[in-house]
Amino acid sequence: MKNILKDLNKAFENKIRLAIMSALLVNDYLDFNSLKELLDVTDGNLASHLKSLETKNYVSFKKEFLNRKSHTKYSATEEGKLAFKLHIKAIEKLLN
Amino acid sequence: MNQEKYLQDLAEIKEMMNRSSRFISLSGLSGVSAGIFALIGAYAAYETVYNNQNYFDYRHAYITQESLVQLVLIAALTLAGAIGTGIFFTTRESKKRKQKIWDTQSKRLLINLAIPLFTGGFLSLILIREGLIGLVAPMTLIFYGLALVNASKYTLGELRSLGILEIILGLVGCIFIGYGLVFWAIGFGILHIAYGLVMHFKYQQA
Repeated sequence: MKNILKDLNKAFENKIRLAIMSALLVNDYLDFNSLKELLDVTDGNLASHLKSLETKNYVSFKKEFLNRKSHTKYSATEEGKLAFKLHIKAIEKLLN
Repeated sequence: MNQEKYLQDLAEIKEMMNRSSRFISLSGLSGVSAGIFALIGAYAAYETVYNNQNYFDYRHAYITQESLVQLVLIAALTLAGAIGTGIFFTTRESKKRKQKIWDTQSKRLLINLAIPLFTGGFLSLILIREGLIGLVAPMTLIFYGLALVNASKYTLGELRSLGILEIILGLVGCIFIGYGLVFWAIGFGILHIAYGLVMHFKYQQA
């Protein structure tokens, strides 16, 4: 029981962060606007949750310029993917 | 205690993984309408190619310069009809689901569909130019099937088995060249209608 609770990750308790990680786990990358449309959240809301995942080193981003407009591609880091998978496993164990 | 919340979390994770990687607004009705256009097109082509021959015998296709132009016209109209109604029904479906029709998911789907499809299209044109008309119908089935198998990873999973059936029909059609149009009508007409109906009733949103 102790082990299971240890794997449950506080970073993924929030619904929006949970959704961001789910989407980034199955996509190589997603840009800011695609994420915004998928999650149906405001710019500020999405940015703050992405920021908090970045500081944990679960999400990385790359800035590119497309037709002179900046374009930010977000992807999950290996560390982030691992942490998220452990989190899902912990939930599944709790439910069994 | 927290059981409810975690069950809901799992459901949301699964839903987001699906929605972010697949284009799920593909309408079953677009399959049905594509199938109907294919049957009409096949019938028109049949009348052009096998004019004045017994319906149930093994036949030879007689193609003149004039009937070739007519066949290309029939093919273009069939394609336009199928694609046009396909876009119409799929747009309607995505509006119902409040999804955008032109997003990362649909672009990825179209690119992966297009690569085998255009390969087959150009090969068909080359075959016609070389006078190997009989191989055109089965080749379009094979390449369409490959395109569906390739694209099925980015949309509803059922497309994979439809693709495999099209490939099998195409290969069998290569052996029975004289019945090429019949196999083509089964593959593009009847299979589309059958799959379209199944998917319409399985996925339609109230």
